[in-house]
Amino acid sequence: MLEALEGSQAIARAVALCRPDVVAAYPITPQTHIVENLSRLVAEGDMHTEFVSVESEFSAASVVLGAAAAGVRAYTATASQGVLLMAEVLFNIAGMRIPLVMTVANRAVSAPLSIWNDHSDSMAVRDSGWIQLHCADNQEAVDTTIQAFRIAQETELPVMVCMDGFVLTHTMEPIALPEQKEVDNWLPPFEFSRRLDPDDPKSLGTLVAPDFFAEVRHSHHGAMLKALDVIAAVDRDWEGLTGRACGGLLEVSGPAEAKIGILAMGSTLGTIAMGMEHRGPDVASARLIKLRAFRPFPAEALRAACDGLDHLIVIDRAISPGLGGVVGTEVAAVLADVPGAPRIHNHAMGLGGRDIPETVYTDLVAAIADPDAPAFSIFDADLQKLAPEDR
Amino acid sequence: MIEYRIHGRGGQGSVAAAYLLAATAFHAGQMCQAFPAFGAERRGAPVTAFVRTDAGPIRLRSQVRTPDFLIVQDGTLLQDAHITAGLKPGGGMIVNTTRSSDEVAKTFGCRALAVGATAMAVEVIGRPIPNTALLAALLQATGLFPIPSLAAALKDRFSGEVLENNIRLIDRVAASVDKDIWKEPAVA
Repeated sequence: MLEALEGSQAIARAVALCRPDVVAAYPITPQTHIVENLSRLVAEGDMHTEFVSVESEFSAASVVLGAAAAGVRAYTATASQGVLLMAEVLFNIAGMRIPLVMTVANRAVSAPLSIWNDHSDSMAVRDSGWIQLHCADNQEAVDTTIQAFRIAQETELPVMVCMDGFVLTHTMEPIALPEQKEVDNWLPPFEFSRRLDPDDPKSLGTLVAPDFFAEVRHSHHGAMLKALDVIAAVDRDWEGLTGRACGGLLEVSGPAEAKIGILAMGSTLGTIAMGMEHRGPDVASARLIKLRAFRPFPAEALRAACDGLDHLIVIDRAISPGLGGVVGTEVAAVLADVPGAPRIHNHAMGLGGRDIPETVYTDLVAAIADPDAPAFSIFDADLQKLAPEDR
Repeated sequence: MIEYRIHGRGGQGSVAAAYLLAATAFHAGQMCQAFPAFGAERRGAPVTAFVRTDAGPIRLRSQVRTPDFLIVQDGTLLQDAHITAGLKPGGGMIVNTTRSSDEVAKTFGCRALAVGATAMAVEVIGRPIPNTALLAALLQATGLFPIPSLAAALKDRFSGEVLENNIRLIDRVAASVDKDIWKEPAVA
């Protein structure tokens, strides 16, 4: 049954449906409403969990690490500077292959200070070894949150659910939440094969000398690649339960015969799809590729999704200064050895919360025709605002 | 799809108004989307919030640039000549002001409905929060959604005395505004 809910409120309720034993979080914009709603659910007796109010994100991540290592289901949420303050622990969590779930309410990273949405925060921990799933709307954010608990358990890897700050977290829209009984039946009780147990003592995350470090990384990398099948299978299974799917690893829509493709992560693609629907008669249509799984990176699925395209526009919501777009660079790498692969047009946009209008569709398609266009640009930067030498 | 932009000042419940309008549409069987443009989060600072309602799912997530309707919660914001930027020719603005509808309409060259929402809110709910009064005026003038749908949205959010007072307020505003005067788009 649909309800009109704010994204954050829906996420808190989705988390509660998964019955985590421990929640630890420190409030930060735009994640705050998620934590406030969880706190209220606990205070009003609608959620039974050990809610640990911590003094920093470093502690929040440490608490959930310890909880999951001790064998219970744990959850946290953060954004922006909070992700960075957690960074050391996030690498520890992933390196120890601790299954837990974290929501990132994606926000730009300071300086300059910005509370608004882009993907700089989760990109900064791209290589931490967490699974990273991006959500296109609040329904997907709810469904992905519940799926994430199962993916974490099945893979024994931590899962980051990335949702655009404000654009999703603060948006009210109709959202369906499953029944408690449905989730109870679908999500098995939490188990962690390497949990800390006094009757069977072991250590996690201890010193590893050069004779074993490479093997640990090889194993982790392999586990991430194997997670591709789990992410896709869990989404299919969820569809069997609810009739809703989130696109598995990635989702392709739009006309099959299109020669132009547009790839994006997160909530941007809805606006682009509307821009395509409302385009002028002379503007070409495009195949839209929603990249849901960013880590692990679905190379094979992406090659199939790009088959037959002449041009692929890749939208980044963050920038790696001195390189360009991260998603664009990775897509180019994956397609590099594909005969007849599309030409990549990589653009960052919507940085620090800049609004993305639906007219961007027509502008993106028009930019393909420009032979002098650079391989990468910040598409919506107004260079007239800069000193001449910076343009 | 119908698009709305709400202008107010921090503390006047502009974001709440956006959520209430979206929930009203939802209770009336429509799909909805509401979100704020957060800036300086402090009392008195200008705040903008956006709403879309439609029969089907809403995928567009940009800010509302070409609203069908504007709600202006604070008369002092009328000093900003850009406040009606992008307003569709057939649209209209609901304004909390002691000025007359004609005066506002003439100033901005568009259809306007002036509502003394602050005074009514102070009288009925005891606080100068104009948001629910303005929503009632919008619904009554446009006939978009019935007043009971707004009452249902209020029930989702409030209880007790706050709820009762706001229900009285919206009923009173509805009784004071001619029904469906904006049922048809304005003639540009």
